[in-house]
Amino acid sequence: MHDLSMNIEHVTRIEGHGNIVVDVKNGKIEKCQWQVVEAPRFFEAMVRGRKWDELSHITSRICGICSVGHTMASLKATEQAMGVTPSEQTVTLRKILKHAENFQSHVLHVGYLVLPDLLGVGSVLPLAATHKEAVLTVVRLHRLANDICDLIGGRTTHPISCTVNGFTKLPDLKALENIKERLTEAIPDLKAVVEIVKSLADRLPVFVRQTEYIGLKSEEEYAIYDGKIASTDTGIHSVDEYRSIVNEYVVPQSTAKYTKHNRDSYMVGALARFNLNHEQLTPLAKKVAAEIGLKAPCYNPYMNSIAQLVEAPLSVEECLRLIDEILDKGLRKEDHRIEVKEGKGVGAVDVPRGILFHEYTYDKNGTCVEANCVIPTNQNHASIQRDMETLLPSIIDKPPEEIRLMLEMLVRAYDPCVSCSTHFLTVEFI
Amino acid sequence: MKPKVAFFDFAGCEGCQLQIVNLEETILDLASKVEVVNFREAISERGEDYSIAFVEGSITRQADEERLRGIREKASILVALGACACTGGINALKNFQDMEEIKKIVYGKNSLYFDTYPARPLHAVVPVDYDIRGCPINKNEFLKVTTALLLGKKPETPNYPVCVECKLKENTCVFEKGMFCLGPVTRAGCDAACPSCNSNCEGCRGLVDDPNTNAQKDILQKYGLTMEEAVGKFRIFDGYLEVAKCMI
Repeated sequence: MHDLSMNIEHVTRIEGHGNIVVDVKNGKIEKCQWQVVEAPRFFEAMVRGRKWDELSHITSRICGICSVGHTMASLKATEQAMGVTPSEQTVTLRKILKHAENFQSHVLHVGYLVLPDLLGVGSVLPLAATHKEAVLTVVRLHRLANDICDLIGGRTTHPISCTVNGFTKLPDLKALENIKERLTEAIPDLKAVVEIVKSLADRLPVFVRQTEYIGLKSEEEYAIYDGKIASTDTGIHSVDEYRSIVNEYVVPQSTAKYTKHNRDSYMVGALARFNLNHEQLTPLAKKVAAEIGLKAPCYNPYMNSIAQLVEAPLSVEECLRLIDEILDKGLRKEDHRIEVKEGKGVGAVDVPRGILFHEYTYDKNGTCVEANCVIPTNQNHASIQRDMETLLPSIIDKPPEEIRLMLEMLVRAYDPCVSCSTHFLTVEFI
Repeated sequence: MKPKVAFFDFAGCEGCQLQIVNLEETILDLASKVEVVNFREAISERGEDYSIAFVEGSITRQADEERLRGIREKASILVALGACACTGGINALKNFQDMEEIKKIVYGKNSLYFDTYPARPLHAVVPVDYDIRGCPINKNEFLKVTTALLLGKKPETPNYPVCVECKLKENTCVFEKGMFCLGPVTRAGCDAACPSCNSNCEGCRGLVDDPNTNAQKDILQKYGLTMEEAVGKFRIFDGYLEVAKCMI
């Protein structure tokens, strides 16, 4: 029987500010909390009174890391509200951009933020000396993903050229051909990263907590841009029903809005998508999953990083397929003007960290009168909390440093994006 | 001894720190010239001894002020990173609404748990030595400023409008395309990123020191646009500035 008091303020190598607080007295767990202490930013209030064509530029600023995803959810919500269906060309370009973001985000997370844990160091910086080739490989992949976003979106963070019903600027076909070549050449790099992670994967804790997994699902492909809401517990739901899926609620003793659906928590993100859509993985992604031993259904949240690693080749292969479609058909300049009208629309996309919803209501002048954004990390907070509560009793006899690392790694596995703080509360903790 | 560098953030999206990561191989070179003692987003080590602090985000609550003052005390050079830190950026959009009201809009009856006040740039709380502007920052400008600081020089950033860079790129003027643009009074350094994508400048880098407001008014008149529209556009990124505060 022992005491343990742990207050990990501002967990590192995650996006945003969160704390882990553990208090054990005489072997009894008095407190075990995942707390979010990010400054709230009130986006839903900020966009009230703004025009329809400004919304995606404003809400993209919710998050620097998933700004492409927020842009897409925003554009889709506005398009549905205005009764607009974007062209096939627009959708194809958006999917390329979306997969490039997925690729970029997963490479960043697995390569820069998780790998140091597996190698027992504090960051990627010392690895530049000890594992130079590995780091340079990760950097090359990261650069490629960013270059695709730059080309399609005009800028990788807070894309410029994506607009309602189209693009203000189309990519150059020669540049797209060049990207295609680089993507093909990147496959050995990708395999090298898989090999490194595979050789270290046994350092990921084995921890199982079965829960509900929610993500987008489409009959056509492994869904990340479009689809219906799918739950491993309750099946398929229409996107318009999203409020009855997320059921946001406020927990006074916690810092963030929680969500729950069929159980007291659910998980979103790469592992949820893998559990729901693994049959639609592309050939190389399937091969990577098999090699690294990721099998559906997987109930170990630490394996979310591995699911991200499996989605990296998926996104590369999907980019290649979609770029081929564009190169085949060529690009034509399209008129993206729309008729502004009043209405309400919901946009759902599955971003690197999970399913994301934007919902807007516009008046007849195209002025936003109401907005609601439900962010993946919000949907994962309850799951992180429940995981911690389940995990802690089973590791309580380990040395404090090991407990600390396992809890930090758990939070990191979710790749939380805490700045997406539209809903976050801030409470002063004692 | 290598200079000790730290990164911190307040209310913002961390997209500016991401631009530093996006320097790819160059960041590894840069990291070998300095000692990064604090960069929560990327490294686990945490040190409180640093000479240069890069700070992203706006100040939106009392607790932030105290934390920022602590950083200012330790750093001999404080650099504001991005629009939120330099001008209040997009966060200041909420300043035009009643704080109690916005808390209710977002959090309903639980709004009493929140603490927020109108967003402020860093310089409203502590003296700031240098600004790296933009939403997000331009990674090459970050590199330029940091290199100058490491060499002990005063970093030079543009103090001319976006129009200059836009003309150099031979873009068709945005107004000619029937759109409204803040390029004539907005500080350059972005390489006219938005007009080059056939989009309008949204003023994310703030005003030049001595903006030619008469020229901006002339342009508005020439293209039949109103001052009200202009002020509305300014509020997206520059709500904290006087120009956007007028005509509320």
